[in-house]
Amino acid sequence: MIAFAIRRILVGIVLLLAMVLVVFVLFFAAGNPARDVCGKYCTPQKLANITQVYGYDKPITYQFGQFVKGLAVGRDYPVDDKYREALQKSNPSLVIHCDAPCLGYSLRSAITVNDAIAKYAPVTISIAVYAFIIWIVFGVLFGVIAAVFKGKWLDRVIVGVTLVVYALPTFFVGTFLLQFIAIRWKLFPYPRYVSIADGGVFNWLIGLTLPAMTLALFYMAAYVRITRAFVLESLSEDYIRTARAKGLTERVVLFKHGLRAALTPLLSMAGLDFAALLAGAVITEAVFSYQGLGLLAVISNRNSDLPILIGLVIVAGAAVLAANIIVDILYAFVDPRVRLS
Amino acid sequence: MSRAFLSVENLSVNFPTSDGIVRATDDLSYTLERGQTLGIVGESGSGKSVSSSAILGLHRNTNAHVSGAIWFGGTNLLALSDDEMRERRGKEVAMIFQDPLSALHPYYRVGDQISEAHLAHNRVSKRAARARTIEMLARVGIPQPDRRVDDYPHQFSGGMRQRVMIAMALINDPVLLIADEPTTALDVTVQAQILDLLQDLQKEFDTALIMITHDLGVIAEIADDVLVMYAGRAVEYGSARALLSQPAMPYTWGLIQSIPDVSRSVDLPLRPIPGNPPSLLNQPAGCPFYARCDYSKFVADNRCATELPELAPASYGHLKRCHLKEELSVYDTQLAVVETGAN
Repeated sequence: MIAFAIRRILVGIVLLLAMVLVVFVLFFAAGNPARDVCGKYCTPQKLANITQVYGYDKPITYQFGQFVKGLAVGRDYPVDDKYREALQKSNPSLVIHCDAPCLGYSLRSAITVNDAIAKYAPVTISIAVYAFIIWIVFGVLFGVIAAVFKGKWLDRVIVGVTLVVYALPTFFVGTFLLQFIAIRWKLFPYPRYVSIADGGVFNWLIGLTLPAMTLALFYMAAYVRITRAFVLESLSEDYIRTARAKGLTERVVLFKHGLRAALTPLLSMAGLDFAALLAGAVITEAVFSYQGLGLLAVISNRNSDLPILIGLVIVAGAAVLAANIIVDILYAFVDPRVRLS
Repeated sequence: MSRAFLSVENLSVNFPTSDGIVRATDDLSYTLERGQTLGIVGESGSGKSVSSSAILGLHRNTNAHVSGAIWFGGTNLLALSDDEMRERRGKEVAMIFQDPLSALHPYYRVGDQISEAHLAHNRVSKRAARARTIEMLARVGIPQPDRRVDDYPHQFSGGMRQRVMIAMALINDPVLLIADEPTTALDVTVQAQILDLLQDLQKEFDTALIMITHDLGVIAEIADDVLVMYAGRAVEYGSARALLSQPAMPYTWGLIQSIPDVSRSVDLPLRPIPGNPPSLLNQPAGCPFYARCDYSKFVADNRCATELPELAPASYGHLKRCHLKEELSVYDTQLAVVETGAN
């Protein structure tokens, strides 16, 4: 079991490095970040200086090595050793240290990528967790109800509503909630992100509710249908017939024998969907103007802020990889066949 | 007149579908005494499993329509409430299924699955149920039962899994055991072991046994009575001795001819029954076997195509559903092969 976990984590690290390489090479081809800060009166000499000071003149293999080293032990900017030492003496506030795992430095925003992500991540994580809880609880609940009442009116209503909700685009739901529920009808306070430190847990939750609902509705609709299908499949298995033949009550048959097998595959899907959300819910964050990673990605993209984009892609990839590993390990706990083979 | 221990009377199981009513079992009657074994034979879809599941009330959760009567221990099982039926299920009547891998829950330890059956019907502690489980595992011949009780189904071989199913079925000392093709998914040598085990346990507990199979060899070995089913109906029914020595209708002849036999001459080819059973949806008016029967030409006025034969006594002391005249329905393998081989 522990060997299994260690093996999965090692493989995960290798995959992550491979991903970093691909991302790095891809973005390296996109151009020289030094050009972005060279300014209006950029001379070839000035550009060459900046390029050299930030190490963009070095071969890609060397730059990649430094980047990976930065991930492991951290980095100091500017990267040119002589220049940095001179700067340290003349103007130490311009030397920037980036802690491990250092994802790079944005010349354009004059901020380390780590700081940029740390600033925007809390909003995204808050919305993602909130939405995840809503969609799992209600998605599974309605999915199970629909399966148990298969073919009855309750099932038809749930499936019908689900289909409509699933078809609604996120920007429509978000705009509707914002414009009507919050602004026109004033059924809910205007959504505004308040961190726990600033406003306490209650205000934090209130601020998150509408964006989280926007995000959760779509996933919830999908999970109702998936859960329903899994439960129906499980209830048609032979071991359910065995459970009934033993004389167990319908409640035990459904909850102990039926749901256990139905909800296990849901675990892996939920883990991956949640991880994907951690990369930022671009549309939802944009509709509500929340300062999350999705918005950061949009802004950085608009500004061609390559270092931040590289950092975001790596964080998103790492989140998906981590979720994969966690799901695999959890799976081994729930499914004895995985555990022992 | 006192009823038999188990008396199935005019049992019909219909499944309404959007295409019409599927008559999976039609007007089936049989009886069974304690300690006796009834073998039910037939092809897939002949209604043997469906009719037996009705005894446990397993159709109650489906849209099936069950009619007739199943008298068991003085009560009509079909007239019981769901709760009363559930109390009998697994306690007085137990069932063993065909594929023990899919019939066992993959996520739970076999010991927990077996003791669950005990705990459902007995007010005992979990510890007592576990002890009883280990005892049953030992009884069905699983080595090191105190260790294997904590294993999962996928850690057992096919034969061992079926032993687990048998232990689960017998843990509450049921008086009626239904075995639905218990050996079909197993190796031949393991089949023999499982059959021996079932017979031993049956003697020990004086259980009535319904053995559902399509293997006449199994029937010959363990059954006292035999019921041959075709397209949801009984087509031949009587004591195993009478029925197997003097089978009286062409479908049974076909079944016997399609048994592989090492002592048979290689010149006599194995003869499968040609064609497929009729759809249970819109059954033909006449004999259900008519379309596949080589002997209908010996029946006058094409009655096989138009008139369903009654399940009537044949001269050999058992019942048959066939229009064929007595003198013609003398079974002779050689004759049958020569006659039908010429077609």
